[in-house]
Amino acid sequence: MSVIETIRAASADLPEGRPAETAALKEARRLMEVCNACRYCEGFCAVFPAMELRREFSAGDLSYLANLCHSCHGCYYACQYAPPHEFGVNVPRTLAKVRDEGYAQYAWPAPLARLYRRNGRVMASAMALGVAGVLLLAMLLQDHTVLFAVHPLTPGASFYRVIPYNVMVWTAMVTFCFSLLALGMGFANFWRDTGGRAEELAQVRPLWQALRDAATLRYLSGGGHGCNDTDESFSSHRRWLHHIMAYGFLLCFASTSVATFYHHVLGWQAPYPVFSLPVLLGLLGGVGLVVGCSGLFWLKLAGDPMPREPRLLGAESALLLLLLMVGITGLGLLAVRTTGAMGVALAVHLGFVLALFVTLPYSKFVHGVYRTGALIRHAIERGAAAGQHKLL
Amino acid sequence: MKNESKEWDVVIVGGGNAALCAAITAREAGASVLMLEHAPRAMRGGNSRHTRNLRAMHAAPTSVLTESYLEDEYWDDLRRVTEGNTDEYLARMTIRGSADALLFMARCGVRFQPSLAGTLNLSRTNAFFLGGGKALVNAYYAHAERLGIEVLYDTEVREIVLEGGRACSLSVTSRGFPLDVAPKVVVASSGGFQANIEWLKQSWGEAADNFLIRGTPYAKGVVLRSLLAQGVASVGDPTQCHAVAIDARSPKFDGGIVTRLDCVPYSIVVNRRAERFYDEGQDVWPKRYAIWGRLVAQQPGQIAYSIIDSRSERLFMPSVFPAIKAGSIGELALKLDLEPAALEATVRNFNAACQPGKFDNSRLDGCHTEALEPPKTNWARAIERPPFIGYPLRPGITFTYLGVRVDEKARVIMQDGKPAANLFACGEIMAGSILGRGYLAGFGMTIGTVFGRIAGREAAGHVGN
Repeated sequence: MSVIETIRAASADLPEGRPAETAALKEARRLMEVCNACRYCEGFCAVFPAMELRREFSAGDLSYLANLCHSCHGCYYACQYAPPHEFGVNVPRTLAKVRDEGYAQYAWPAPLARLYRRNGRVMASAMALGVAGVLLLAMLLQDHTVLFAVHPLTPGASFYRVIPYNVMVWTAMVTFCFSLLALGMGFANFWRDTGGRAEELAQVRPLWQALRDAATLRYLSGGGHGCNDTDESFSSHRRWLHHIMAYGFLLCFASTSVATFYHHVLGWQAPYPVFSLPVLLGLLGGVGLVVGCSGLFWLKLAGDPMPREPRLLGAESALLLLLLMVGITGLGLLAVRTTGAMGVALAVHLGFVLALFVTLPYSKFVHGVYRTGALIRHAIERGAAAGQHKLL
Repeated sequence: MKNESKEWDVVIVGGGNAALCAAITAREAGASVLMLEHAPRAMRGGNSRHTRNLRAMHAAPTSVLTESYLEDEYWDDLRRVTEGNTDEYLARMTIRGSADALLFMARCGVRFQPSLAGTLNLSRTNAFFLGGGKALVNAYYAHAERLGIEVLYDTEVREIVLEGGRACSLSVTSRGFPLDVAPKVVVASSGGFQANIEWLKQSWGEAADNFLIRGTPYAKGVVLRSLLAQGVASVGDPTQCHAVAIDARSPKFDGGIVTRLDCVPYSIVVNRRAERFYDEGQDVWPKRYAIWGRLVAQQPGQIAYSIIDSRSERLFMPSVFPAIKAGSIGELALKLDLEPAALEATVRNFNAACQPGKFDNSRLDGCHTEALEPPKTNWARAIERPPFIGYPLRPGITFTYLGVRVDEKARVIMQDGKPAANLFACGEIMAGSILGRGYLAGFGMTIGTVFGRIAGREAAGHVGN
């Protein structure tokens, strides 16, 4: 029996958390058993210290560790057992597969888990349908002279002439609330599967710690020295680009929220002047989305394929592309809002936004939810370990 | 090939830590440098890829080292483990040289881990590389490339041809083709011969067939042998190697750190005849693991079995291979391919000899056997609670001690006592000068780094002359 077979055979003996364990889970367990006997990588991120708290790895443990992994690739390049070594250790790639399987497993409602099977295609279709749907709707609901007309920037007159305010708000509310519900249910599934209890989430300190770690992408810093974004060399590009993209997204969201506040509380209707809070926030956020997504996409294409799972490239690229299109069309709308192109630009922009919110719980977007969950679990565990240490 | 026509000032033979330190230092001093690494790129770095830390002298706490660790204490530690098999002048020079090694390493892009809270307890004396030795090697290679050092992988040096104490040519095979290299200066940093089973057999006989080599398969000692055959003075005991007991299921080469087994002190260790042969509880494992390689090598078939019961299962670091478990000693014997009656008798005798005491794995607890040969002097606790667990052990060879003699400038010394004109050495190939016996954690990397830098500096200086 070869070394690998010996280890695999042993892994197969362990009690299995679910009826049939996938190849990715079995491989992740084999790797964690190699890593746990080595531990050279414990300075890189949270995955290895979390691993060290265990000797056996249930399917839930592996899912937790997989979602704790930020794919910084540091452990791949540092690994003395990476291929072509016969142990063939490739932690980032294996954990990426486990993460992806988890997205489907935790998806709510369960039948929609199949949307993860060919997620790249699903996302591309959602984009096409979103844009085509909103355009068609605008054309059906409005006379084409309205759609192609030049609208004055008078409050309430411009955008809502093309897409009536109520249609816009209700579509947004329904899709957004459903997405929030689905993401919440997914989180609950993840939390339960990784051994969590609901009351644990009431602990303020770990929650605060985890949100800070997520907001700063602490574990995309490679222990403070940068990550292997594209190859053996270290950089912080991915971390910064992700920040630019994520905070860009949040600024866009803030822009919409401020606009909603203006509309309902202050009675100020869109469109707003360039030097107004909603437009400035949206402008900044849109630029962030375009810069961040383009940069991340570039890193993905330029990077070494070895520590990545090639099968996931479609799903990852699709979300980046969708966010990029939301950014581009939003900026485009701002640019042409006083021209006859505004109607179409608005419909296209809202089409992408709709696609984004409809697919939110069924795209790679969920990584943020589960990773934050994993960071909370890690913060709780670390607190407990430190407490035990004090008692000793 | 572009290298054939080019003249190199300094040619480095090898591709591990010492070779890299020499190459970088020589290049930074202005010399043109060619590195010849036997391994392919993915497996580059010799045994350095399996290391994790470097022992460094320091007078005050640093970002990665706590308290202080001064020359005399360092020297005492070294003298104790080598039992005097060292050269005080070179050793103290190495120790002093380690003081600014970390700065050099950081400048080359090597990253360190903040001092460890873990079980190793070396945070005062040893600086840990973030990600371990392969990450260190990667950082050095990246720096070397930035400096314009040419590296040829898959390139084996079969001989450094000496004439009148001068290295005049190298016999090289690069990616399967012969390559002519006529260097001005040569640095030999190609490691020991521990991966050369035939050579090990000269001292160990057929037993060496059952040895596992913990590190790189490329350390075959080809260059070392060629130099010793051409009148270079040797140093170190040619029959000795650093051998520890590792899991018998480990790969023949390159198993590295994960193959170690720390269960011996809490176990009884039996040979193929199911007989005990040495006091398993003589001292804590970090002080005893290095004698167990030799002990197992002396047993029939060079195999032994460490046996514990379920109470000891979690007292040691998990090993990469699964525990072999059974509900009874007899069943375990069958799984381990031992004679059940013999193993049952050994366990029964051992259990009967265990004296009452308070078992404590955190210290030498004095729990011992009476009237048992050999005795177990600590952690002797009856093996009686199923499931019973066994791990097979074989000798794992870390490195060999035989090397070439060097002086304080890393110049290779000929048998007549004179230094070779243009030949320097660093790393494991000369470490026997300083570390003639035993081992001190992280000291191999210290020798490699300090002597690598000396060899690089002297080699570049020699070209300048």
